[in-house]
Amino acid sequence: MSKISVVPYGPQHPVLPEPVHLDLVLQDEKIVSAIPSIGFIHRGLEKLVEKRDYKEMVFVAERICGICSFGHGMGYCEAVENVMKVEVPDRAKYLRTIFQEMSRLHSHTLWLGLAADAFGYESLFMQTWRIREKILDMLEMATGGRVIFSIVDVGGLRKDVPDEMLAEFAKRLKDLREDYNRITAAFLEDDAVKSRLCGVGVLTIEQANDLGCCGPFLRASGVRRDSRMTDYEAYAKLDFEPVVSHDGDSYARCVVRIKEIYQSIDLIEQAIAQIPAGDVCTPVKGMPDGEYLARVEQPRGEALYYVKGNGTKNLERFRVRTPTFANIPGLVEVLKGQDFADVGTLILTIDPCISCTER
Amino acid sequence: MRQPIRAGEMMICEIDPDTLLDEVTKLKYSEWRLMQICATKTGEDSYEVLYTFGHGYRLRSIRLKISGEAKLSSITSIYPIAYLYENEMHDLFGIEIDMINIDFKGGLFRTGVKAPFK
Repeated sequence: MSKISVVPYGPQHPVLPEPVHLDLVLQDEKIVSAIPSIGFIHRGLEKLVEKRDYKEMVFVAERICGICSFGHGMGYCEAVENVMKVEVPDRAKYLRTIFQEMSRLHSHTLWLGLAADAFGYESLFMQTWRIREKILDMLEMATGGRVIFSIVDVGGLRKDVPDEMLAEFAKRLKDLREDYNRITAAFLEDDAVKSRLCGVGVLTIEQANDLGCCGPFLRASGVRRDSRMTDYEAYAKLDFEPVVSHDGDSYARCVVRIKEIYQSIDLIEQAIAQIPAGDVCTPVKGMPDGEYLARVEQPRGEALYYVKGNGTKNLERFRVRTPTFANIPGLVEVLKGQDFADVGTLILTIDPCISCTER
Repeated sequence: MRQPIRAGEMMICEIDPDTLLDEVTKLKYSEWRLMQICATKTGEDSYEVLYTFGHGYRLRSIRLKISGEAKLSSITSIYPIAYLYENEMHDLFGIEIDMINIDFKGGLFRTGVKAPFK
């Protein structure tokens, strides 16, 4: 006779990079249902609009997360710029695109390392993060920061990146492509890796749509939706198509992220080739009065930034809907029917970012 | 070069709280997906709640105004995933939501202060 038990999973667990809790209802070793709960690292950053003016809030927005920090700052600025009808110079739009794609590169690389570590492949973890260091070095060279760059501002960027440095980036990206060719083969072709990922945690295209999923988690189920196809920053001037896979399993999520790594390198190269000369910041006058909902395709999926101003220096409301928050119902669904031993890997396949989620 | 798609056109429709479920049902049948629910404090004891939906890359929002004492109908019978947004709204703003399919009863966000955004 099978036995029903409830196992608390997290918030502290070796495979979880950040604290999230799941109550797993098990029938023997199979998961029947999972109930998520969060709130271990809620900081109330959105509430700070009452104390910080709309320009200072750029720094707060960047601190929502330590991985996609640039994207949060950019999304916030996009929203405020649209409220204030500020036209950002083209050069700044291209540079923002470059920084955002470099953020995606290091984020996806970080995920590959964490995934390798989760299924017990520690040398692959080490090799993957070695490559990530090279991207962080480039970001440090351009901005002075490795995690939080503080370069984005309402109206553009705080400083320019010289053309010589961009040429150096293009050269380094060629070497990076070689590095990725070496490590990604292990993720895509190694039998041990495939045995942990193939056919595990399948999310169908209907489920992915109904559950409001986003990002690589959504696209791995065959939905061709990527916010970069909208007209923010310089994406409309770059040639690319969303990366899609159709199997919907953990392996498909891994494949989508790996293909997006190459896509990001390609987008950065295109942006460097096209970037125009000129200013990187438009002076901003007045106070925000109005509302706007900006969308940014972060490494983990679509993030929404709602800003509402009332004509004073302090915003009335700043709200961020992060991709992990949207992906939690999808995670709960993929866990059903899976082996208890796969829970760690399955949580990682949505690439959760809890500090984003809780803000 | 591909045709760019407009990103952030905000189409907001103001509705009466009593018509919330009707409006949301219409959107559901027109295959709009729920993207977010956002509460904003507008006065000492009043809030507005913004529901945003997406269809492809298009956005549409509905907004309603409520007082602090009012109970808002849950839309989880139409969009089951709304439970996270509604529990978040309850835990941060103290807005009471009626008939959530998964009600954490204040336990989704472990905040030191009850309803810190109230």
